[in-house]
Amino acid sequence: MTKATMAASAKIMMPSFSKAGLLAGLRSLAARFYLLAFIGFLLGPLLILGLAAFNDSSFPTVSPWQGSTLKWIVALFQDGEIGRALVSSGIIAAGVILVSLPVGVAAAFVLTSLHGRARSFAYALMVSPMLIPGIVIGISTLLFWRKLGVNGGYFLTILAQSSFIISFVMLMVVAQLQRFDRTMEDAALGLGASQLLVFRRILLPYLRPALLAACCLAFLQSFENYNTTLFVRGTETPLTVFIATKVRTGLTPVINALGLVLMASTILGAVLWEFWLRRRGRVAKTA
Amino acid sequence: MTEIFQRFGKPLGGCFVVLVLLWLAGMVLVPGIFMINSSLRPHLPPPLRGGDQDVYLFDNFAYLINHSNHGQIFLKTVWSSALVTMATLLLCYPVAYWLAQVASKWQMRVMLVLMLVPYLMNEVLRGLAWYIILALAGPLNAGLMALGLLDEPVRWYGDGGVVAGMAYAYVLFMLFPICNAIATLEKDQISAARDLGSSAWRIHWRIVLPHAKVGVATGCVFVFMMAAGSYVAPALLGAPGSRWFTQIVYEWFFEIGNWNRGAAYGVALMAMCLSVVLGLLALFRVNLTSAIK
Amino acid sequence: MNCAENIRTSFSVLDTLLSEKAGNAAGDMLVASGCPPSAVRLSDVEMDFGGTQAIKRLSLDVKKGEFFSILGPSGCGKTTLLRLISGFLQPTAGQVFINGRNMLSVPSNKRATAMIFQSLALFPFMTVWENVAFGLEARGVGKSERRREAERLLELVALPGYGARMPSELSGGQRQRVAIARALAIKPEVLLLDEPLSALDLKLRQHMRTELRDLQKRTGVTFFYITHDQSEALAMSDRVAVMNAGALQQVGTPQQLYSQPATQFVASFVGETNAIAGVVVSSASGTAVLDGPDGRFTGRCLAGLQPGMRACLYVRPEALNLEANGYENSLPLTMERFDFEGAFAIAKAVVSGGTEPRQISLTISQRNLSEAPAVGAAFRAGFSSQDAIILPDD
Repeated sequence: MTKATMAASAKIMMPSFSKAGLLAGLRSLAARFYLLAFIGFLLGPLLILGLAAFNDSSFPTVSPWQGSTLKWIVALFQDGEIGRALVSSGIIAAGVILVSLPVGVAAAFVLTSLHGRARSFAYALMVSPMLIPGIVIGISTLLFWRKLGVNGGYFLTILAQSSFIISFVMLMVVAQLQRFDRTMEDAALGLGASQLLVFRRILLPYLRPALLAACCLAFLQSFENYNTTLFVRGTETPLTVFIATKVRTGLTPVINALGLVLMASTILGAVLWEFWLRRRGRVAKTA
Repeated sequence: MTEIFQRFGKPLGGCFVVLVLLWLAGMVLVPGIFMINSSLRPHLPPPLRGGDQDVYLFDNFAYLINHSNHGQIFLKTVWSSALVTMATLLLCYPVAYWLAQVASKWQMRVMLVLMLVPYLMNEVLRGLAWYIILALAGPLNAGLMALGLLDEPVRWYGDGGVVAGMAYAYVLFMLFPICNAIATLEKDQISAARDLGSSAWRIHWRIVLPHAKVGVATGCVFVFMMAAGSYVAPALLGAPGSRWFTQIVYEWFFEIGNWNRGAAYGVALMAMCLSVVLGLLALFRVNLTSAIK
Repeated sequence: MNCAENIRTSFSVLDTLLSEKAGNAAGDMLVASGCPPSAVRLSDVEMDFGGTQAIKRLSLDVKKGEFFSILGPSGCGKTTLLRLISGFLQPTAGQVFINGRNMLSVPSNKRATAMIFQSLALFPFMTVWENVAFGLEARGVGKSERRREAERLLELVALPGYGARMPSELSGGQRQRVAIARALAIKPEVLLLDEPLSALDLKLRQHMRTELRDLQKRTGVTFFYITHDQSEALAMSDRVAVMNAGALQQVGTPQQLYSQPATQFVASFVGETNAIAGVVVSSASGTAVLDGPDGRFTGRCLAGLQPGMRACLYVRPEALNLEANGYENSLPLTMERFDFEGAFAIAKAVVSGGTEPRQISLTISQRNLSEAPAVGAAFRAGFSSQDAIILPDD
């Protein structure tokens, strides 16, 4: 091949090569832009929600910035109503955890010891509360218990929320159980352990990480629930109901301050969780 | 069933069975049957309950169908929920693909942390954020007017606002299942397809999407169900003229006090949701066991 | 590494420990006669799993203090058998006796057996000593005593001072020992071992073989060992039961199984062998004549072999001689190749004149190797009728 033909072929090659490179570059640029826009879409509204807590305006907003202030944050911690709403939400969440963890574990064991059609049927039944709109669960719980003379309140809220949160707990426990080596159970039985001891010393410790995660999930689900709670709350005012009512009756940036605190505690919780996972991971690795 | 007693012994196994029965029967099935029962009976003052007039009727459902705009609102709820589902699906698919197949481990970590907060955030607060954004004097109008795109503020509250708020609230429930499903696809399959000369569109349509269908089905089922049953978004972002079906249900219960009719409306909502869920699963040829994990 | 030493010195501890137990156990033995009951007795046991017969009616006696192995290919039902003895499964028919006591409806946690699993099944979230003492915890023994006992057992298996570690911090062989200590902690009458060595590498496996054998002899505990590895079974056991397709093929000492196989399966599964097919032409007083495409051969036989039956003659590679003179049987062969194994070589030859080429193995000692036929050469191999056995087709 002569120098001339090489140069010619290079000339033919070059443009097509750079064109492909340009296209790829454009594509990755577009992908980057899209990702940034998506993140902006996710975080932007929360940013605005949080920022409005510092605006010296009686209505929560950011667009006319009327000066920075911390008074809404201060007001938040002096607001007795919000405190009561938090306590109310806390009581409900604690109740939901107490109900849904044991029942979820029981359901996971019952499900995994069924086979064939019975298992499919039980499975469909057990996940159905997740597939029914929250307000329908609220309605049916209210109608049933009113017939028995029980009015809305903590009890019904805990029951109604638990009825679908149990499904989530059950799924998490089942996922963990599927990785369980049943010979450990046999080994313990073979060493003379009673079934109760096997459950307490082998299965529960094994399920501990899943139970902890399920506990967090149950708490969050309960804490943020609105649709179901609305129908069964009776005269109680948990946080979500309180916020929604405030929107109707006079919203102040105190609610934004509350949102900010909740976001901060979520981040803190997530960081702590990650730390805990890492430490566990490190222990397991050195192990 | 005997396995549970063999495995845990009579006391503990019995405990489990009783707990599960209390849950499924006492908290799910029986209340559901009570709701259906109420929905089929007329609303009567207490003295007349159990009397000759207290018979099974289809009146409450007929009322919904014949009402001047309740039926229409019902359809609007279905349609809007479908719209929210489609919108979140389109919005999420590229991100899910990027996260599952393209992103480095480090990028994925950062993204997951960024998404965690909106995911764990209260639905009411997420709605509230949009309530602030869409306000007449809010940042959206202010921004658009500053850019010269609007001459005067627009009233965003209403059906459009509700759909936007819902899409925002449920977008991650679509993202995570799809992302999980795509993550199980081997990179080699995509390389092989590319090697064989498939275009990017074709790779997605013929390889990635079929592989991710379980995730897509799961995401769609959950987003649709949550959108159709949402009370928060319409309550915060709706306008007086744009009522939502869940709001009507609430009114029957707590403003008008006709629980029987409210129950009927709830039953209608539930039936619609379950049939859409089953329809979606059939459409994607996915069974319930693999859809929800 | 002086772990073997360690084990030996610490055995006295276990010896005293176990003799106490034996004294107690003698009290509740339900046997009138003076002869001690079998450690394990299976009588007409059958096991069905939804239509498929995992165990076909079988009976078995394992003597006290015996190292007994079940040898069979995977899927032959040997693990099922083990689970029937340990009580994880209930037989569809028949009875299981442990120490002379009927185990009908006795659950696994009430049986005097301990099991060592293939996966070992150590509890990963418990320390080593908690693992070892788990059986004692189940019996309500106090914590300080459990701890003491666990330390003693860990010393016994040459792991002193490892109590505070987690199982994941141990090597494969160490985990093995923890599993053994855990099983011995409950002073079982019978130790059931489900292929515990299969996860180890070859060298460690061979080392653990001698350790296990040693442990069994010193403790006197009956070992019921399951394996698919014939060399493992032959090397360690007092007696071996060969199992195939849910049925017992033969029970005997390793020597008996090797030299007097009772079925074609045993003959071909235990050790290397050569098979020559044919039809029985005559049989009388323990000797039979087989006629086949490769010729006419005489060999030993068991009662019940009738003329006209299709059968196979089995002869071990080491029973084949390069010289045909002076032997009742001779086989025309063509030498194919030699595989050197050190002290001896395995010669592979093909039967001459056969319709399809069939390979025959001969063991040739290093000394005779120089006189062996060259590759490609035809020769006749001779063997005594005493070294051959004729077994009927199934």
